Amino acid sequence: MVRTNWKVFEEDYWAISTTLQELLKNSNATSVILLDKTGQLISSVGDEPRFDMYSFASLCAADFEANAQLAKLIGEKDFSTLYHQGSNESMYLARVEKDIILVILFDKKTTLGLVRLRTKKAVENLATVIKGLYDKLEYENEEYHEELGEEFTAEAEMEIDSLFSD
Amino acid sequence: MSLINYSSREINVKIVYYGPGLCGKTTNIQYIYDKVSPDTKGKLITLATEMDRTLFFDFLPLELGTVKGFKTRFHLYTVPGQVYYDASRKLILRGTDGVVFVADSQTSRYDANIESLYNLHENLGEYGLKLNELPYAIQYNKRDLPDLIAVPDLEEELNPKHFPAFEAVAVNGIGVFDTLKAVAKGVLRNLS
Repeated sequence: MVRTNWKVFEEDYWAISTTLQELLKNSNATSVILLDKTGQLISSVGDEPRFDMYSFASLCAADFEANAQLAKLIGEKDFSTLYHQGSNESMYLARVEKDIILVILFDKKTTLGLVRLRTKKAVENLATVIKGLYDKLEYENEEYHEELGEEFTAEAEMEIDSLFSD
Repeated sequence: MSLINYSSREINVKIVYYGPGLCGKTTNIQYIYDKVSPDTKGKLITLATEMDRTLFFDFLPLELGTVKGFKTRFHLYTVPGQVYYDASRKLILRGTDGVVFVADSQTSRYDANIESLYNLHENLGEYGLKLNELPYAIQYNKRDLPDLIAVPDLEEELNPKHFPAFEAVAVNGIGVFDTLKAVAKGVLRNLS
């Protein structure tokens, strides 16, 4: 089952960012993006994208999930990595743990082999961070808990009324 | 699945529009896209066939602005309504924080509504979710057309538990924001 709700805390976010930065540098990629299987963007490093990152994340998640279903149809558990080759820009996607997808955008400055090699290590590092994060959420305690509170709801409802109006 | 990022101070939530084929799910999203101010919306993604039938999903990211220091975003999705796209519908529904069911009020679509609602229950069940545990609203769309099912009859058949329900003419925007607001507020209440 998919996690219904989850949170990323400060220290995990920095651990994730550090791994993404290292991967970016070691693989000579243009951008590295981390998202979850529902299409929510978690973090990204590298060149400022020329496209809408949130749409990109939702399409990547859909792409990965559609391929996972294809894998099942042919008798595989899933495809843990995907590769899309373009004439200039290419994409490599890798699953991290159950619910997270790592996306590497790269051009002719590097090779698929190098990207694949460096990604393998990054996936291991990220898996450790994500597992730790899941444990925290499992045993969420006061230390990690930050209530959004009723004030948040009241303010958010006002924003909703002003945004969603004819 | 809501994602709260305490480091980048961001909250992302997902709302899915469900319903039978041609009931107006994409029309709802398109109207919202046309009406909200350009600085609050991202790109509208539509994966549709050449005949403008949704093939996989429509996706619209909306930025609510900063609330209590958190940049809050809604991600609106529609599912493909046609019966044989069930695998796609299941994928889109994954991790949703709230659901809008768009019903087609025309008499000829009576059975299609029931079938789609049953399918929604079934697919949510696969993720261990129940409709009454999620922020949920139902929209009776196409109220401007002839040969309609009366609202009390729709209520009896599709909404016996009386979740928030809205009459709509999505193509003209009637009821579109009321429906979205009902679910969006429910989703944010669940977060706090």
